[in-house]
Amino acid sequence: MAEVQRGFDEDESLDHALMVDGNAVAGLLYEIFAMEVTTGEAECVSCGKRAEIGSLLAFTQAPGVVLRCPRCENIVMRIVQTAEAIYLDARGVTYLRLDNLSRG
Amino acid sequence: MERTLAWQIATVTAIRPETARVKSFTLTLPNWVEQRAGQHYDVRLTAPDGYQAQRSYSVASEPERRGEIELTVERLEDGEVSTYMHDVLVVGDQIEVRGPIGGYFVWQAHLGGPLLLVAGGSGIVPLMAMLRHRAAIGSDVRTRLLFSSRTISDVIYSDELSRLTAEDNGKLEIFHTLTRAQPPSWSGYSRRIDRQMLTEVVAPLGPAPKTYVCGPTLLVESVANNLVQIGLDPAHVKTERFGPTGGVPRGG
Ligand SMILES: Cc1cc2nc3c(=O)[nH]c(=O)nc-3n(C[C@H](O)[C@H](O)[C@H](O)COP(=O)(O)OP(=O)(O)OC[C@H]3O[C@@H](n4cnc5c(N)ncnc54)[C@H](O)[C@@H]3O)c2cc1C
Ligand SMILES: [Zn+2]
Repeated sequence: MAEVQRGFDEDESLDHALMVDGNAVAGLLYEIFAMEVTTGEAECVSCGKRAEIGSLLAFTQAPGVVLRCPRCENIVMRIVQTAEAIYLDARGVTYLRLDNLSRG
Repeated sequence: MERTLAWQIATVTAIRPETARVKSFTLTLPNWVEQRAGQHYDVRLTAPDGYQAQRSYSVASEPERRGEIELTVERLEDGEVSTYMHDVLVVGDQIEVRGPIGGYFVWQAHLGGPLLLVAGGSGIVPLMAMLRHRAAIGSDVRTRLLFSSRTISDVIYSDELSRLTAEDNGKLEIFHTLTRAQPPSWSGYSRRIDRQMLTEVVAPLGPAPKTYVCGPTLLVESVANNLVQIGLDPAHVKTERFGPTGGVPRGG
């Protein structure tokens, strides 16, 4: 979830009113990983925060989906779907930890 | 659980008005998979020309209700999918869905409590699934719900919430706040959820309630920040932001 140090301000930008949680794009993530990953963990390259994937900030209005770190708002993952393929840009994560239990 | 989250064709078997702007839809599914309270489905509409619109809707019904799910949808003026569901869908129609999805915003009785639920408008939906689940299995986990609506006639599930409290042996408490207008002799809160209100509702639950906050993004954002500032551990505060929409006006 959002932590205080982010200094959220209601008027800061329209973007914040539009964001949802990583949990909201669980369906798309399932298409990529073929498993439930929202209870898995992602470590942010930029600040080292380890966050549940469901708790990342998700921006779904742009073409594709952008997932940001709930602490520093760095882009953790970017997902773009075309008719032929799904592109996953995961430059913002040092690692993902996905539970075996959520498979199958 | 199904290995692939396939799209399936659900049939609308009942439509029930909840408030002037909110309806519940019962969907029977050819491939029903038991959901956990708090999970959602994706709904996909396809126009004759192939254009598709997809939205998420939380499951309102409890997992103990088998073979079907209930979705509760608020009609948003100019909303693409919610207006279709309200104005076009009738009993017997079919609609494409996939789910249940999202293991993050989930409460099951074995996770215990105490439980703190905070909802704005249609944000009550996944929390209602938790309350219905709690009642269905006879859980006595101490639970407090703080629910913000505009006016008394906008309170979704109003009768059922009263009944759940009445039938519970004192472990479930519900606090309403009405932000726009209050009926005469209203004894609940009469303002937007603020830190003072949260402090009052949270205090008896001790320092570490399992917390679920759901509703329009700005409401969730403000509630979550306030909860952390009054001392709750961010790791125990789960959020489900519905986007710019929902039952509470933006700004003002
Ligand atoms: C995980 C999850 C669960 C959800 N569960 C529920 C639920 O149980 N019940 C429920 O009613 N809803 C739920 N929602 C919200 C739902 O998914 C839809 O967002 C909602 O129904 C609106 O969809 P729409 O197509 O009708 O409106 P849209 O066409 O998406 O428009 C929504 C409204 O926002 C305005 N809007 C759109 N884009 C912008 C913009 N860029 N800037 C400003 N305003 C904009 C529109 O004018 C309109 O009034 C959930 C959302 C999530 C993420
Ligand atoms: Zn970060």
